Amino acid sequence: MAKGNGKTKRNGKQSFWGWRRENGRVGVRNHVIILPLDDLSNAACEAVANNIKGTLAIPHAYGRLQFGEDLELHFRTLIGTGSNPNVAAVVVIGIEDGWTKRVVDGIKKTGKPVTGFGIEGTGDIMTVAKASRVAKDYLQWASELQREECGVEDLWVSTKCGESDTTTGLASCPTVGNMYDKLIPKGIYGVFGETSEITGAEHLAKARAINSKVGEKWMKTWQAYEDDVIQAHKTDDLSESQPTKGNIAGGLTTIEEKALGNLEKIGRKCQYIDVLEPAEAPRKGPGLYYMDTSSAAAECVTLMAAGGYAVHTFPTGQGNVIGNPIVPVIKISGNPKTIRTMSEHIDVDVSGILRREQTISQAGDSLIDMIMRTANGRLTAAESLGHREFVLTKLYRSA
Amino acid sequence: MAAPQLLVHDKKDTVGVVAVEGLKAGTNMLCVITANNSSFRLKSKMDVPIGHKVALVDIKTGDTVWKYGQDIGKAVSNIKKGEHVHVHNLKTKRW
Repeated sequence: MAKGNGKTKRNGKQSFWGWRRENGRVGVRNHVIILPLDDLSNAACEAVANNIKGTLAIPHAYGRLQFGEDLELHFRTLIGTGSNPNVAAVVVIGIEDGWTKRVVDGIKKTGKPVTGFGIEGTGDIMTVAKASRVAKDYLQWASELQREECGVEDLWVSTKCGESDTTTGLASCPTVGNMYDKLIPKGIYGVFGETSEITGAEHLAKARAINSKVGEKWMKTWQAYEDDVIQAHKTDDLSESQPTKGNIAGGLTTIEEKALGNLEKIGRKCQYIDVLEPAEAPRKGPGLYYMDTSSAAAECVTLMAAGGYAVHTFPTGQGNVIGNPIVPVIKISGNPKTIRTMSEHIDVDVSGILRREQTISQAGDSLIDMIMRTANGRLTAAESLGHREFVLTKLYRSA
Repeated sequence: MAAPQLLVHDKKDTVGVVAVEGLKAGTNMLCVITANNSSFRLKSKMDVPIGHKVALVDIKTGDTVWKYGQDIGKAVSNIKKGEHVHVHNLKTKRW
């Protein structure tokens, strides 16, 4: 069958055309990224990306004077981003050589081409010149890499919803859940997160662990977020943060109601097999994972991409417009008003569920079709509109 | 089946979700319980926006409100069957 229609088969199985990387992981995009170690190196990275058309700078706000667990997370996120199979090759630029090398060495473990440059003692102009030559070589090398046919089991699909409303719990989140119920048994990797946003449904989330040990690990993670983040820093009942003003406009009233809709994303049958730290790569083989993340869209998708996930499914009610620089973010909505007013942001329309014209299973099939088309190269709405939100999670103030 | 005006997750629920734009007070709503595809009728007492909730029964101050067959918070004022349920009369029990 024709390539790119999402219906290609290999030995009668679902397949797609991806780039198999040096470490065996399969990417659905072929980016050459220019990755800053720190905020100070954004300008040089953007200059390199401006010189070498087709490379992608990924500026961010942090990387200086971080320490402890927060610093570990910073490195894990940057190394994970560079290691993601949607990335063919990486140029890293940092203000100094030491931490720059730490990121380079971390990415190098994948076997992909990576080179680092430190600015101190060289200056922006010379650094940009040297880094641009390497970036040009990487880009031309990557442009000749060929896609190959891969089985559906090579897909790593993450999920997180945003600007939720009551239609996400009725339609778009159960659509993602149905997709996981169908694809997890075929051997894909899945992940869900949003720790604070399970509040009110934690008893249900705990019960979906593969065994009581993993369930207890999940509960400990949820309780730590509740105690150390929410209760430690709240000044009110979070009534304009969780749910958000957008959630409330869409009809969601309490965190409990929002959490129950959120959890629809893991379907009816899937059980998660491990609980991951933010940006941690899964290590227990194919299956569904939980990742400890905030519920802010860009933070969460950035952490999941750093964990190695290559396609993201994003249910939205009121119309969250998020994208990611390296991972295609597929938007699913069941809200007919959002479909009407913000159609340019939506990839999969499941509003037929509200009219009882479409079953959850049919909607799940249409999402699977869109995942395969996206893996084959179809640009998502967010990619077409240039959404590249890359937001690092910071655990506390710097030293 | 005609398109319903109100969707209810579970038969235990005391609220349903408006599934159409521009719902007017006095509409004899077709309500569908998605868990078992059964239906019933309910008259809306107010104009309620799409996505917002309507009480399926009379709810008293302090009562737990049920959706997805689960506890989603407590009523902070009396709510009549057919009325709009939202932040003005329903609050979280958490945080």
